[in-house]
Amino acid sequence: MRILNNEQITNGIGRRLLTNKFTKVILFIATLFSLVVLAVLMYRIMNQGLPKLNLDFLTKFASRRPANAGISGALVGSIWLMIVVVPFSMVIGVGTAIYLEEYAKKNWFTSFIQVNIQNLAGVPSIVFGLLGLTIFVRAMDLDRSILAAGLTMSLLVMPVIVVSAQEALKAVPRQLGEASYGLGATKWQTIKNIILPAAIPGILTGSILAISRAIGETAPLIVVGALAFVNFYPSSIMDSFTVIPIQIYNWTTRPQIEFQEVAAAGIIVLLVFLIIMNSIAIIIRNKFNKRY
Amino acid sequence: MKNINQGSEKFKIREMIEINKTNTRSQYLEKLIPILLLSTAIVSVLTTLGIIFTLLKETIIFFERVSIIEFITAKEWLPFVPSDPSYGILPLISGTLLVTFIAMIVAVPLGLAAAIYMSEYATDKTRRLLKPILEVLAGVPTIVYGFFALTFVTPILKKILPELSIFNALSPGIVIGIMIIPAIASLSEDAMSSVPNSIREGALALGCTKLEVAIKVVLPAALSGIIASFVLAFSRAIGETMIVSVAGGATPVLSLDATQSIQTMTAYIVQVSSGDAGYGTTIYYSIYAVGMTLFLFTLLMNLISQWISKRFREEY
Repeated sequence: MRILNNEQITNGIGRRLLTNKFTKVILFIATLFSLVVLAVLMYRIMNQGLPKLNLDFLTKFASRRPANAGISGALVGSIWLMIVVVPFSMVIGVGTAIYLEEYAKKNWFTSFIQVNIQNLAGVPSIVFGLLGLTIFVRAMDLDRSILAAGLTMSLLVMPVIVVSAQEALKAVPRQLGEASYGLGATKWQTIKNIILPAAIPGILTGSILAISRAIGETAPLIVVGALAFVNFYPSSIMDSFTVIPIQIYNWTTRPQIEFQEVAAAGIIVLLVFLIIMNSIAIIIRNKFNKRY
Repeated sequence: MKNINQGSEKFKIREMIEINKTNTRSQYLEKLIPILLLSTAIVSVLTTLGIIFTLLKETIIFFERVSIIEFITAKEWLPFVPSDPSYGILPLISGTLLVTFIAMIVAVPLGLAAAIYMSEYATDKTRRLLKPILEVLAGVPTIVYGFFALTFVTPILKKILPELSIFNALSPGIVIGIMIIPAIASLSEDAMSSVPNSIREGALALGCTKLEVAIKVVLPAALSGIIASFVLAFSRAIGETMIVSVAGGATPVLSLDATQSIQTMTAYIVQVSSGDAGYGTTIYYSIYAVGMTLFLFTLLMNLISQWISKRFREEY
């Protein structure tokens, strides 16, 4: 008895193999498309921005004349914003992850929090801006300060931190915790001394990646009211401020063509900022990557 | 290390456990910590409630001044005309959907092709090279894409289509498409990779070519995950803000002409926020009504995406 019909298999096999090869090439080209776009993007920005990028650009404030424009106010503003975002988003994000992974019982409330976090991650960033405008800027009367913007951004990146911290906690083998219980340690002692140290590299990597997204984010800060023109350094978290992406937005939308080069130089500064953050994340991941 | 083997040290561990049991400070901590952690977890719930409350409260004030019927049915969005402002959301929705559809036309074929290539054809080495590049593409800040759209894509398109205006729907649409390729590619690839190899091998043994396996076996099996990735990308394109603010223009019109200036819901919120519409004006409240519409759109998309991937998931 024959199960396979040889005629059917060899039917037009040459044409079918040719289509297969042809499609493979097409698919490969389609995949390369993204790579090409990335290369063009980088080339364009380097080409336009590098001539403008010098010490003057890094140390001067914004200016109405493109030749005098600098990014220092925005650069310092971005760093100030991080000073607020890092502690708030990490404490809330990692705390939530520990609760969900280690303490929460399997009930409707836990799964409600979990689904809620998933949905928060899908809310457009500008809606978080509206939340920040009403709650932090108006209701809590923080005005258009670094603190108001930082709290808004912390809520924006929190869901991403929760999810990656949960993954990191899940990856710690159960035996480690059980050994600790076996030696008489309490639950919190086990979490603090055994599970968290093992999960820290993963938590840090995920958090840094999430926070570096906050550095590049523009829309919610425009709504919360970061300034477009700043010629001073903020001195406390209650000061008004601007950040690098908003400065770039401001330069990009100016009609004078010279400002495009200034914007490109600003983009290079932003990308360098992001590359540094991402490199730190990769170094942490590689250095502490333990396999159990 | 030697000491551990001695009997007296064994006793010490037992002693330590006893001390640990009676340590009141650590007992307090044991009770306190879960409460603290629970309160951080509740922040995420409060955030959602805050978003809904904020949007509802300010939108209701807006609807006290502008009728909800006008908001839904009027065909003009002209809030800045002082004598006779008109608040019809339709032009903003049409602008948003126009840009989003252009983005999907770009992103669906390219993203899916990349996913099929990476999961079915690429060697391990190529895949390990391609995935980080896609991640980089996903990590580029949107303002950078906006700059790219305005200063590079629009001039190129203008050479092909001379009637294109400087601000248009086409250029930001294409660039948003490029931006969401990684999302479609990596989520679809995950879905296709989770189809077990035994199924592929079965089809290959029956004489299928790799392409036939990919199209007729793997794709249908992973369809729920793939469609969920499309819906998720669609939702992200609707919520995208900076690219359309920079390159899309600020002309809310009810038309499907992609060569002309349009305005999306997100771009309107940015326009009002970066200008100085005073607190308490109708224009100020209108951004919440637009934000509410945007929020409902994306929420619906996200729920559909979650429902599809749950409901139609094939378990192997």
